[in-house]
Amino acid sequence: MQYRTVAVSTAAALAATALLSGCGSPDDGGDEPAASGPASLTYWAWAPGLDKVADIWNKGPGKEAGITVTVKKQASGDDLVTKIITAAKAHKAPDLVQAEYQALPTLVSNDVLADISKEAGDAKGQYAEGVWQQTTLGSDALYALPQDSGPLMFYYREDLFEEYGLTVPTTWEEFADTARALKKKAPDKDLTTFSANDSGLFAGLAQQAGAQWWTTDGDKWKVAIDDPATRKVADFWGGLVKEGAVDNQPMYTPAWNKALDTGKQIAWVSAVWAPGTLTTAAPGTKGKWAMAPLPQWTAGENATGSWGGSSTAVTNDSTNKKAAATFAKWLNTDPTALAALVKESGVYPAATAAQTGGALSAAPDYFPNQPGFYTEAAKIAQGTAPAAWGPNVNVAYSAFKDGFAAAAKNKSDFGAALSAMQDATVADLKKQGFGVSE
Amino acid sequence: MTRAPGRRPYGVKSAPYAFLVPAAVLFLLFFALPIGYALHLSFRRTRVRGLGLGKGARDEIWAGLANYTDALSDSELLHGTLRILGYGLIVVPVMLGLALLFALLLDTDRLRLRGFSRLAIFLPYAIPGVVAALMWGFLYLPDVSPFHFLLDKAGLPRPDLLDGGPLYLALANIAVWGGTGFNMIVIYTSLRAIPAEIFEAARLDGCSQLQIALRIKIPMVAPSLVLTFFFSVIATLQVFSEPTTLKPLTNSLSTTWSPLMKVYQDAFVNNDIHAAAAQAVIIALATLALSFGFLKAANSRTKRGESR
Repeated sequence: MQYRTVAVSTAAALAATALLSGCGSPDDGGDEPAASGPASLTYWAWAPGLDKVADIWNKGPGKEAGITVTVKKQASGDDLVTKIITAAKAHKAPDLVQAEYQALPTLVSNDVLADISKEAGDAKGQYAEGVWQQTTLGSDALYALPQDSGPLMFYYREDLFEEYGLTVPTTWEEFADTARALKKKAPDKDLTTFSANDSGLFAGLAQQAGAQWWTTDGDKWKVAIDDPATRKVADFWGGLVKEGAVDNQPMYTPAWNKALDTGKQIAWVSAVWAPGTLTTAAPGTKGKWAMAPLPQWTAGENATGSWGGSSTAVTNDSTNKKAAATFAKWLNTDPTALAALVKESGVYPAATAAQTGGALSAAPDYFPNQPGFYTEAAKIAQGTAPAAWGPNVNVAYSAFKDGFAAAAKNKSDFGAALSAMQDATVADLKKQGFGVSE
Repeated sequence: MTRAPGRRPYGVKSAPYAFLVPAAVLFLLFFALPIGYALHLSFRRTRVRGLGLGKGARDEIWAGLANYTDALSDSELLHGTLRILGYGLIVVPVMLGLALLFALLLDTDRLRLRGFSRLAIFLPYAIPGVVAALMWGFLYLPDVSPFHFLLDKAGLPRPDLLDGGPLYLALANIAVWGGTGFNMIVIYTSLRAIPAEIFEAARLDGCSQLQIALRIKIPMVAPSLVLTFFFSVIATLQVFSEPTTLKPLTNSLSTTWSPLMKVYQDAFVNNDIHAAAAQAVIIALATLALSFGFLKAANSRTKRGESR
């Protein structure tokens, strides 16, 4: 045992040396044979096909560096966060974890994630500022490396827009007019629905409007969920629901799938990963959908928010933090790894260089009618507004789900639901003892 | 009995304890210890300082009764309790009424396909609750439901079963559909245990089948009715998987619709295991109080009946 620990830390140290010497050229990371003993890492993640990407590492750069990575599918999203925190309490967390950006403050607050700024901080230049900042939490530390991102876009049925004589909205005002125009021409159809069952979409729409939900002020958190920007978004959708211009039923239900597939709903505000969802939700309308930039609050701007996206983080329980950081950096910056991630896991890489060309040069199968899909997506992604997350996003998200579901159902004031969301979030922070600035 | 020569009295005396050890160890390890730990957790809370980022920003401290007072003053927990009371008021009478009716029908003399009917009524019990809820969810959703399709074709109004009052009916229907068969089997088994000569005597006295059912069978299966009522009340208090499965389909089910959903939400979504532990203890105590109170009331009634 003793000898193994020594060997492992030697391996880690050597791997780190290799990494530092390879600064600026990510291709070199771990290419040199850097270790004499094996380091075996466990990686909890949910992205499909990630084990195949890890195999590329294990057979190539990982083999030379003596670092083997095993991917374990434990759970996904929020469930995995709970699992990781529980495992960390028992000091048995895996070396690497996949975590959504909004979960990072919660994980850091539970002292789960290691600061890898020394090992991987030099990757900063490869990401858009708004994406990178989510992994530093605005500090000097670096808690994860961005893996994928989900810039918001506007998806619509090209054929039905033409049939009803609608034009693609470029501003939210036009979006509302389009919804009303459709209602006039086809009363039983809806432009889209306001769904309260995924808080991430609403968070993204608020980011586009300029919302910064959690910011720090000294050693206090400032919660601005009920800020003018978010209120503008909430009132906009609340108004559309109230006047019946858009539907109010949740998405991701069998009824919603049917509505998309039969053209009962003819548009969807979604993220870059929408082609995958549409493939399963509306298989019959392949080739009839098109993608456009998200409508803007001010005409001529290019702003969007994010819906989803995740990162790779190293835990404090890892005995091979440096080796783990080396792998995380390879996975999220190396062209071979990124190409494999796109191909095997179907992610939209967060690294800007990988957003065009390579595996993303062809449009998704579902969009044969829009060959420049990813070129346009990359342009939209440049305008991704920064997101600001806090340590109790989960509480805010459940308050959103319950409050906005009830408001959408009753077609009542969305502003009141937003105030309730703000109050629940602040009350929870205070109850836990966080410093809260009013 | 004479003691075997050579065996020391000590060994004989300790024998019962030795036999008890495995059960006692299992009880301690898998029953007392987890309950004790849950109690321990319910009296503690995490305290965060400042921004709560990094090492040492979070520690676990003694909370006294704070979690309990929070839980008891939490309007969401109270509303959840009221909601499942309404749900239980539909489920328990309908389910037990149907179970009793089916059991009596199966027990009548002239009946064809007895075995098949019994199996057909029992079968839904074998379907896992989550699967049943998913299946019913599809049948309830207006846009994909075949019932709605038929109602629409017939020009009849199409009620939204996943909203408001009908939602309780929709949820209760899943429980009734799944639970009637099990309760029927319990009642039916005890019907079959009634000696045949009682029926024979009743018939000789000119009792009709209906009178036999009302005056002989139902009073004689009263203990199993008590038992099934007891099981149903506990199942109602613990309703979780059906509303959780239906939740994504509708705006009308919140994440804290039933008390157990609230416990789950606090423990696994909001990461507040201490509040969840306190709520779980309260629910367990309420269930215990209700069960014992009910059993006591039922027992005293039965005793009075016997002495009469």
